[in-house]
Amino acid sequence: MRFERYGIGIAKGMALTFKHLFRKPITTQYPEERLTVSRRARGNELIWDKELCVACTACARACPHGCIEMVTSKGADDKRIVDKFQLDTGRCIFCGLCVEACPKECLFIGCGYEKATYRRQELVLGKEDLLLSDRKQPSGYARPKVEATLPEQTMLLNRKQYLDRVKKWLD
Amino acid sequence: MAIRTEPFVINVGPQHPSTHGVFRMRVTLDGEVIVDMEPVLGYLHRGIEKLAEGRTYTQNIPFTDRLDYLASMTNNLAYAMAVEKLAGIAVPERAEYLRVIMSELQRIASHLVGVGSFLNDCGAFMTPFLYMFREREKILDLFEMVCGQRLTYNYIRIGGVSYDIPEEFLPALDKFVREMPGFIDEYDQLLAENEILLARAKGVGILPKELAINTSASGPVLRASGVKWDIRKADPYSVYDRFEFDIPTGSTGDCYDRYRLRIQEMRQSVRIIKQAAEQLPQGEVLTRVPLRLRPPAGEAYGHIEGPKGELGFYLVSDNSVTPYRFHVRAPTLINLTALRDMMIGWKVADAVIIFGSIDICLGEVDR
Repeated sequence: MRFERYGIGIAKGMALTFKHLFRKPITTQYPEERLTVSRRARGNELIWDKELCVACTACARACPHGCIEMVTSKGADDKRIVDKFQLDTGRCIFCGLCVEACPKECLFIGCGYEKATYRRQELVLGKEDLLLSDRKQPSGYARPKVEATLPEQTMLLNRKQYLDRVKKWLD
Repeated sequence: MAIRTEPFVINVGPQHPSTHGVFRMRVTLDGEVIVDMEPVLGYLHRGIEKLAEGRTYTQNIPFTDRLDYLASMTNNLAYAMAVEKLAGIAVPERAEYLRVIMSELQRIASHLVGVGSFLNDCGAFMTPFLYMFREREKILDLFEMVCGQRLTYNYIRIGGVSYDIPEEFLPALDKFVREMPGFIDEYDQLLAENEILLARAKGVGILPKELAINTSASGPVLRASGVKWDIRKADPYSVYDRFEFDIPTGSTGDCYDRYRLRIQEMRQSVRIIKQAAEQLPQGEVLTRVPLRLRPPAGEAYGHIEGPKGELGFYLVSDNSVTPYRFHVRAPTLINLTALRDMMIGWKVADAVIIFGSIDICLGEVDR
């Protein structure tokens, strides 16, 4: 052990620590402050456009876990209609392969991510739960047209926006 | 009068904060000295190799994300390379460059976690860990921008990469490349000559060169023992032969060497990313392959230099849509085989450091 150097490491470490006293924080005050997710974010929801769907079941076949269940039948005017479309989000790994497989671009992955529920049954989503609503934002994953309309992702922290928010609280 | 002692067996893990997951060691102690150690594996076994045999080649990519979840990109790359070799698929040039950029970013991110948790085990509780995570966040931000996820990317596909990078990616990458060497200097300032780190890690857990080769260890564990072996140079894949970079090696193979080596490798990775971003050509990023790919019957082994060592995928095809055999050569599982020899003769407190210096990921060990 080199005793003549004893303490230099601590002194250097403390100098660095001291420097950080004057640095702005890099943390985010979640949930008050939220970062904008990526335009291609793969959140924990799936959004289905009922009108465009041709019931080809490509999404169900592409799923690695088989968590999408689609039952179809022939309608009156020889068109296939979807009788059952069910997604078990408890088993879904949000890989996005179903969205990529969709030939009519009627399936989107959503940007939402706070999807905790109290019961496991609530994780199984039926036809109505998958439709687009005001609370869901389709993401641009595999959908370049949607991607162009979304705001830019926050990289680490949008400092100015955060400080403005703090000012607003203080007022 | 000599004190009579007798061996005592204790269990470290599986639920122990220093085992980085669910690893269990059955350690035999004589007083405080380790006389024997037996690793017990399998607490995180999910049967991914068997599951993969029931799924198509494309559907298996999300599964490879979940092997070494700290380095999903390199897992994707190794698997995609094995399938491409099996089916004879050519990859566009731009995709090759993007793969290099992503896997080097992933190497930095993985080493940051590895070094951070190693220092955590050394007793610098959480502070260096959070320093490292600050930079890892930036890498994860870049990954999120490209593929929409922060941990399980599913980005590198058979025949290229899934999507081209958005236009704001390259400026952000450029900013990261300019900033990162400064941050590595900052870690060095904190840790390089730190007395406590030197006292705890220098000369501890030595893995001799011959033993490292005999246990077929790879990655930083092998190179820290002084063997200059890196698949990026030894068997260049992708476009690695077009870049200039060095392979740092250690001298003694102790815990401190393994830590230093990771820091030096991060610097080299930054160098590679810089060159790749400058040379990035225009063009396609994905060769279209059928969704239900049927490679000709045969076998292929694709291997890359992952952050933790040689990561290989061995695939056997019987000309059906699913692989007949899917085997992963997990680097950390093989590096773990040297753990017993590294540990014997050291104290209990050193066991945690020696274990941490291998930088294992249990998702990959148990699969």
